[in-house]
Amino acid sequence: MEATIEVAGLRKRFGETTALDGMSFIVEPGQVTGFVGPNGAGKSTTMRVILGLDAADEGTALIGGRPYTSLRNPLRHIGALLDAAALQPSRTARNHLLWLAHSQGLTAERVDEVIEQVGLGSVARRRAGGYSLGMRQRLGIAAALLGDPPVLMLDEPSNGLDPEGIVWIRGFLRSLAAQGRAVLVSSHLMSELQDTADHLVVVGRGRVVADTSVAELIATASRDRVTLRTSARSEAMTALARAGATVAATGRDTLTVSGLAAEEIVTLLSADAVPFSELAAHRATLEEAYMDLTRDAVEFRAPGGRKAAR
Amino acid sequence: MTTGAITPYRSGMKPGRDGFAQLLRAEWTKLRTVRGWLIGMVVAALVTALLGLFSASGSHSSCGGPGDVCPAVPVGPGGEAVDDKFYFVHMPLAGDGGITVRVTSMTGQIRLPDLTPGTRRVVPGVEPWAKAGVMIKAGTRQGTAYAAMMVTGSHGARMQYDFTEDVAGRPGGVSAASPRWLRLTRSGEELTGYESADGTHWTRVGTARLAGLPATVQAGFFVASPGDLTVKQADFGGSIEQIRFAEATAVFDQVGLQGKAPGGTWSHDDIGVTTLPDGSFHHPGGFKESGGAYTVTGVGDIAPYADGQRIESTLSGVPAGLIVVIVVAVMFITAEYGRGLIRTTLLASPRRGRVLAAKAIVIGTATFVAGLAAAGVAVPFGTRILRANGNYVLPVPPLTEVRVVAGIAALLAVAAVLALAFGALFRRSAAAVTTAIAVIVLPHILATASVLPVGVAQWLLRVTPAAGFAIQQSLREHPQVIRNYAPSAGYYPLAPWAGLAVLCAYTALVLGLAVFRLRRRDA
Repeated sequence: MEATIEVAGLRKRFGETTALDGMSFIVEPGQVTGFVGPNGAGKSTTMRVILGLDAADEGTALIGGRPYTSLRNPLRHIGALLDAAALQPSRTARNHLLWLAHSQGLTAERVDEVIEQVGLGSVARRRAGGYSLGMRQRLGIAAALLGDPPVLMLDEPSNGLDPEGIVWIRGFLRSLAAQGRAVLVSSHLMSELQDTADHLVVVGRGRVVADTSVAELIATASRDRVTLRTSARSEAMTALARAGATVAATGRDTLTVSGLAAEEIVTLLSADAVPFSELAAHRATLEEAYMDLTRDAVEFRAPGGRKAAR
Repeated sequence: MTTGAITPYRSGMKPGRDGFAQLLRAEWTKLRTVRGWLIGMVVAALVTALLGLFSASGSHSSCGGPGDVCPAVPVGPGGEAVDDKFYFVHMPLAGDGGITVRVTSMTGQIRLPDLTPGTRRVVPGVEPWAKAGVMIKAGTRQGTAYAAMMVTGSHGARMQYDFTEDVAGRPGGVSAASPRWLRLTRSGEELTGYESADGTHWTRVGTARLAGLPATVQAGFFVASPGDLTVKQADFGGSIEQIRFAEATAVFDQVGLQGKAPGGTWSHDDIGVTTLPDGSFHHPGGFKESGGAYTVTGVGDIAPYADGQRIESTLSGVPAGLIVVIVVAVMFITAEYGRGLIRTTLLASPRRGRVLAAKAIVIGTATFVAGLAAAGVAVPFGTRILRANGNYVLPVPPLTEVRVVAGIAALLAVAAVLALAFGALFRRSAAAVTTAIAVIVLPHILATASVLPVGVAQWLLRVTPAAGFAIQQSLREHPQVIRNYAPSAGYYPLAPWAGLAVLCAYTALVLGLAVFRLRRRDA
């Protein structure tokens, strides 16, 4: 139970606004868990509640089975990157890590280790005020790694990184997970997580709308859909619609069809003598799956009741 | 994915201790790694020390006359500067014994402020603390140990000894109809004062122990009268203090000396009388005997002396240094709020009260060290410069000097913690700095710059955090000496440690509020 984050039934209101509405999920060790949702979905608030910075009105958030505020030397249990800009500009990067290290009973040698690990060795003795956003992200990640924690939680870590940095952080997160750590990475862009995350917690409006592996999520989104390539697009659409299918034009000569099995489509089009060159089960992108989910999340919350049937 | 096969990560690092000490170390690392704050602390110490030394080097005093030598101020048995000026009729007394007199009259004259400039206006009257009575004194040299039993102008009978001590006897004055009998006896080092209305029924007033009193002392009767003091509020702030001539005349009879008097005849000395350049005396006293009655006139006082520079006048740089300290102490916390760094701090130490406590201890200790260095230079070296420039600096016991130096360091340190607490409470630099200066520095400047009436100034130094400045007062107030005990003259309404306690109480209150707010609110 040491390398986990368990969030159960978190609720929090800021005045009239409901920020968290029963947020529940578990982050397991050994994998990168993506924490995605549109801006305002409650990702940051959840993270702040996990870290004991904000107090939830209801519910619990545990790290390795214990609430953050009960942890001794907490940075040795969980490393977090929330806001890379939270730095005293006149302090050097090394000194920033040094006071953090001292607060956890760690030495200057450990500071130099993490500086090398994130690739800031040559600039560590410069004032943090002169750092670019990408360098600050690396410094924030170094701070999260300082206590060599079994759990890591990073809020939008690739913000401000150049393409090379983005590639670096993906590999880096995967290697941390491979060591058996639990890694939670938030983003508002699914594409950022596509190649990094093993597991996804998708949130919308303060609650979890999907808690699944990446593979399952794509499979669910692809279900019952067929991609059709045809030179006679309008004839095909007419024929299929007449048979009760839902048809969407996705390109100059492609259609996405749902509501009919592939064999029925072949029979129907052959009977009407509509030519087609390719028929394939549709494979959704993660982005599409995410758009579907979060659109649903919004529909959930139509005025009149959040339990509206779907 | 394949979560079942995963071995959760375990760090190979040694588990560290988790104590308050490492939190203190972290906050100290924070303080020392921002160069501006470190420079600020050094500047605060330099401003405090250098302003004091500059003002000391700009203060010159001269007594004129041949050789420009100021008359030496006598020093009492306790090491303090004293006034020792009175008319003394005395004879040697060997071993134990005593002296008894009856005082039948006490009159005097006082010079009032001139109505027509240059025309003296002298009226009959007796100063409230004019003194007439019996005295046993180690010798006629100024500043030697003594005890005296006396009647006063309007404070009744008193027993006073060694310049600072005063014991009240029965109230009431002296007249031909109701004379007062006074007696002082010596037994070894113990002197006991008595008084009586009829010479038969005696009441003990007090006993003094004068260590090292010689075997043969001078016993006799004396008269003294302090000058008349008026303090006027000046038109544009400040006050005008004026002390004018006053003398007292008393008639003694029924004089009786008990014990061995080897001399056997009365000598009379105008102790401490001022000699003018032409050799005559300025406001001399007088002595007349007729038929066993002695009429004695005296001018001056027997009391602690306070007309000189005090050691704390070398600390004039403290308010300026304090402003710099306040800015650094506020920034030490508001800089974290301004950039969200406070969240990182609270992640490292989720027990929030301890974070503020660690910050307070670190900024307080750093300021104390800086303040100690500054005051430790300003007071001894400033005093030396003052003396070299011909100023008379009132001597104080070494422990008092230590208290003034360490006390100023403590004042700066506690004020720094108060400023930090304002910073934590307001979370904004400008508001916290302004508030801290407004409640600590400003009341002190207003109260001591004599722009306010004395009552208001004293009130400010009682109820605001500026009360802490009382810790630098090196001289005590003496109720038996009329003086302008105003903040502008260096007298604080609260005792040194009581004043510092007021500052500490405010600091504890604001720090408590800051902890409460930090604990309750989302960070």
